[in-house]
Amino acid sequence: MTPAALATRGLDKRFGSLVVASGIDLTLPIGARYALIGPNGAGKTTLINLVTGMLRPDAGQIFLGDQEITGIAAASRVKRGLARTFQSNALFPGLSPLEAVTLAVCERHGDAARWWRRLPAYREAIDEAHRILGSLGLAADCYRPTRELAYGQQRLLEIALALATRPKVLLLDEPAAGVPRDESAALFVAIAGLARDITVLFIEHDMDVVFRFASRIIVMVGGRVLAEGAPGEIAADERVREVYLGRERHG
Amino acid sequence: MATAPAAAADAPHRYLAEQVRWRPLETAFWLASLLPFALFPSYLQLASQVAITALFALSLDLILGYAGIVSLGHAAFFGLGAYAAGILSKHAWDEPLSLLVVAAAIAGAAGYATSFVIARFRHLALIMITLGLGLLLHEAANSASWLTGGADGLQGVRIRPLLETFRFDLYGRTAYAYSLVVLFLAFLVARRLIHSPFGLALRGMRENPVRMPAIGAPGRAHIRKIYTIAAVMAGLAGALLAETTSTVSLEVLSFQRSADVLVILILGGTGRLYGGILGAILYMVARDQFSGVNPQYWYFWIGLLLVVVVMLLPNGILGGLARLGASWRRGAA
Repeated sequence: MTPAALATRGLDKRFGSLVVASGIDLTLPIGARYALIGPNGAGKTTLINLVTGMLRPDAGQIFLGDQEITGIAAASRVKRGLARTFQSNALFPGLSPLEAVTLAVCERHGDAARWWRRLPAYREAIDEAHRILGSLGLAADCYRPTRELAYGQQRLLEIALALATRPKVLLLDEPAAGVPRDESAALFVAIAGLARDITVLFIEHDMDVVFRFASRIIVMVGGRVLAEGAPGEIAADERVREVYLGRERHG
Repeated sequence: MATAPAAAADAPHRYLAEQVRWRPLETAFWLASLLPFALFPSYLQLASQVAITALFALSLDLILGYAGIVSLGHAAFFGLGAYAAGILSKHAWDEPLSLLVVAAAIAGAAGYATSFVIARFRHLALIMITLGLGLLLHEAANSASWLTGGADGLQGVRIRPLLETFRFDLYGRTAYAYSLVVLFLAFLVARRLIHSPFGLALRGMRENPVRMPAIGAPGRAHIRKIYTIAAVMAGLAGALLAETTSTVSLEVLSFQRSADVLVILILGGTGRLYGGILGAILYMVARDQFSGVNPQYWYFWIGLLLVVVVMLLPNGILGGLARLGASWRRGAA
């Protein structure tokens, strides 16, 4: 049996009396395109924070490939191939996209600690950064400060930064948050076009997008996994309907 | 037609090469730094003090301007360098160049030791920690008067002529030449450093320290490294002061010195290498001129200048000049 790209076993996390993750077991096979859905406050972003090491779980284990990564630092997880993007832009406003992505490539090579050679000497890193930006349609605007880019371009830069780490597993936290609907489709086309060996888990609220791009869907409610299955199964699942439709009826 | 794609592929390289290019204005500036020898031979002592302060401000710029570490206790490393050079010259040996290296190494070791604390904090906590460490060292030097001379200052600092040839004379010829060469060499190192991948990583830390781990960056290791390098550079400046003036007073460790260098850097402009140098020139020359008129009001004018500059020119005087230059070029184009 091939090992999963990413797996969690019994992840628990609480803030005081508030349970934000409870007994979460996930298994993402290599090359998966999974969607993580659920109402606000279901613990979706918390789960990504736990998996990427930005939060420490109270209990449970996390595996990347066949290695346990539960206790290691966030930056080391990235080095091992686990990358994420952020729901609200977490970019480098004063750097140009080319500089930012080149930085991420240099960090991956371990060159970012070197201070005796000038940046232009790292031609391969610069070329790779430019290629990544080009693949997301950012080549023309990669020389301006990031803060001057259009919002949609900044969302793409989020993904470019994650790709520069050469991830095996990519966790996208609402990649299209705040992007107009027609542009968000283009963004997901770019995501769908990622190399097939990259395992992707994305959080998304737009059900059209979820059903179009996800091969499987995980539904979270109240810090627990409520259901997991193919889009057809999820669409037919009574409990899922209850959560989404029921809330609407009462709210 | 075949050249068009090649030119496009080269564009990112040209853009990054343009950022690290030596500009004619830089060459002009360093050539102009020789002018005091010819034009103001009676002000060479002051010029030497300016160069030393500029070096100190440059070291602060590396951590504040590039890595975003605010320090209110940077004089700790300046003072350590000064006392190390002064005390060693009294008891051990008095050759200035080797003293400079040893003093800088001692300051660097202290910088490395404290960097483990520094790398864990940001913002207000960092300001308070650096302030506290600075005060701590100042008081330690004050009470260890058997070693430092306490409030009376260190007496009996004697330095051999530079390269066994050039005496540290009253006019400051040797002092200025020496300080200027050390400043220039340290500047070349700083310039190389900020244009390297490490320099880019520092700017990343300044722009968004939270994102850095998410691109696999060991943010704290970067901070520890630059803090140590800045401490070495500040130690160099302090040792230069001790050697060129043959005195070390408790003032080298004072809060006032930490605050002054911060003011100098912010007036000049942070994160642009020349900001601290320009700030040091303006500040030291103005203080020299004003203090002749009415010394007690000196900080009144500095306070006023600081408020006006920070309100109107958020990137300092150099940032304002750069903006002026850019709009002038746009107008000409």
